[in-house]
Amino acid sequence: MNNSAYPIAKEKEIKFDWKFLFNELKPKGKWLTPFNIISIPIILLGIFLIVIRYWKGLGSITNLTQDVPWGLWIGFDVVTGVAFAGGAYVVTFMVYILNMKNYHSIVRVTVLNGFLAYAFYTGALLLDLGRPWHVINPMIGNSFGASSVLFLVAWHFVLYMLAELIEFSPAIAEWLGSQRAHKILSGMTIGAVIFGITLSTLHQSGLGALYLMAKDKIHPLWYSEFIPVLFLVSSIFAGLSMVIFEGTISHKVFFNRISDKNEKAQNGIIHGLSKICAVTMFAYLVLQFVVFIHGHNWSYLNTPMGYWFLVEMIGFVMIPMMLFFYSYRTANIFMIRLAAILTMIGVVMNRLNVTIVGFRWDAAVHYIPSWMEIIVTLAVIFTEIWIFRWVINRMPVLGDSPSWAKDNK
Amino acid sequence: MGLDRRVFFKVLGATGLALAIGKKASATKSSNSDVEFNGILYDATRCVGCRTCEYECATAHGLPAPKDEVEVVRTTNETCNTVVNTFQTSKGEVHIKRQCMHCNEPACGAACLTQAMHKNETGAVTWDGDKCMGCRYCMVSCPYDMPKFEFLKTNPKIQKCDMCFDRQKSGEKPICVTNCPNDALLYGKRRDLIKEGRRRIYEKPELYVDHIYGEREVGGTGWLYLSPVPFEELGMNTTLQQSSYPALTKGFLYSVPSVDLLLPPLLLGIYAATKNNQSKDKEDE
Repeated sequence: MNNSAYPIAKEKEIKFDWKFLFNELKPKGKWLTPFNIISIPIILLGIFLIVIRYWKGLGSITNLTQDVPWGLWIGFDVVTGVAFAGGAYVVTFMVYILNMKNYHSIVRVTVLNGFLAYAFYTGALLLDLGRPWHVINPMIGNSFGASSVLFLVAWHFVLYMLAELIEFSPAIAEWLGSQRAHKILSGMTIGAVIFGITLSTLHQSGLGALYLMAKDKIHPLWYSEFIPVLFLVSSIFAGLSMVIFEGTISHKVFFNRISDKNEKAQNGIIHGLSKICAVTMFAYLVLQFVVFIHGHNWSYLNTPMGYWFLVEMIGFVMIPMMLFFYSYRTANIFMIRLAAILTMIGVVMNRLNVTIVGFRWDAAVHYIPSWMEIIVTLAVIFTEIWIFRWVINRMPVLGDSPSWAKDNK
Repeated sequence: MGLDRRVFFKVLGATGLALAIGKKASATKSSNSDVEFNGILYDATRCVGCRTCEYECATAHGLPAPKDEVEVVRTTNETCNTVVNTFQTSKGEVHIKRQCMHCNEPACGAACLTQAMHKNETGAVTWDGDKCMGCRYCMVSCPYDMPKFEFLKTNPKIQKCDMCFDRQKSGEKPICVTNCPNDALLYGKRRDLIKEGRRRIYEKPELYVDHIYGEREVGGTGWLYLSPVPFEELGMNTTLQQSSYPALTKGFLYSVPSVDLLLPPLLLGIYAATKNNQSKDKEDE
């Protein structure tokens, strides 16, 4: 460590900073890719719809009713999105706490994914709030609703985003070439990881606990006092399936950003993750079965909702679980990816069944999201992918850190 | 020593923060149990279905006058805090007034993360627009679906019966009670209302069913109902649990401080243990 080198390096940084940032902000690569052609009109339309939503009220573009006050934006964007962001806490647990170093190459991309997911889903939450200018109220302390599950979830969300930002921040420091910041921020990683895992277990389960008071509104096959535990366990394989899925896409799309070493490690990582998925899904199935027996729910099985429950449990939990077990034995990467996609569909089904399909299942008129709600949801997801792509193309996320950063550890 | 000073302080800080949050979480209102709430006793045998209460309520709260569509079963909505419905029952036509039940331990109040929904000492559950952020979690939680949201407003409010909280504060009765022409509504301390309800049932057992709705439902409600027919016939939900709704989340809320406190040291321990292993491996090599 050469202390006298710092002042010079710093001067240089400041001189080049703005120009560098400006250059980095500009898009790289081709404009007219299929993804851009699809996503740009949808994002623009989404922005237009959001303007209408703030101007004319929530009811102007959503199909929400007095009986179903939470729709797609909560049920899918927030509840499902956060489950998929669960990969970050699982992977940081494996790498930093259990010291499983061979998974190190996926930490950054997973944390980035998690952070962006949280940032955007909290953003989606702002769209859904009727009085968003009061969103700061539970934070600044003039009105703590401490007996509220949502209060805990909100706090755990905010603090977790901070933890994930700290976990990811060394990559930003490497991108900006700031050695001192890198050293400080890297030193904070373990604290942030421990903090982050703790916060995750509570808000993943907390999202389920939100629905505990909707006891008489959710179909008994999906309501039980164990929703929080079920949400927590399913967030593990939901997050890891997302890691497998996202890794597959990233390795195709961003192949020029990936170092050879990470490319080689990828299949081994996917293989290892499939085992964790299989085991947690087995635990989840057992838990679901116990809850099912405990709730005396046999009579509901021979109803349309019962068939739908079986489709979810057998088709999108049990079958992908067996696929994971099978492909772990045979090291079949294609099967693992297939299982991951099936699992993700299953998690979407589960979260939507609790929050939308099973919510007021007995009502005369069912809530079906309007096309405008779906467009806004797509716009949120596409914007997130845009930012994700922007970061991947600039910061050392999938590839190796600059050589100076390695000495810093 | 696998644990360096820095990491130690960081985790210490994280734990402290978690402790602070956890404390907030477990602190629940304890003062409410000493307060005697006011309530309203509604006697369906006396109600003639004139809907005066509906009109008076709308005027007092600056809401549009109710429409004349008595034959359909209506629900309250964002422009209407109370409705009187008429049911054809085993004992003929029976009217029933519906509005926010003002639960002793309201689910909406426990759900609210800004304390905008609040059970006052007078017994009224009221909404505070300066605190509410419009998340509508109260609506998800309320077993009676009473908080209503103005979906078509730029600055939406939550609407529901507030038991005329302003009138209560100046010692007056709620407007519906004052204006009921047939004494179907009685305002008073909840304990006295239950006694009065029991007296009426005892004196005329042939007139009433032996059930005061709201005495035990969801842990007790501010509005209490007497009826000549079983309450299912009047569209009331009689399958609701007897214990309070906030109790449903209690288990989860209590687990939060424990997890926030116990998990970080555990993780730190595992971290220290695996780190030691690794440095040993290196030495062995």
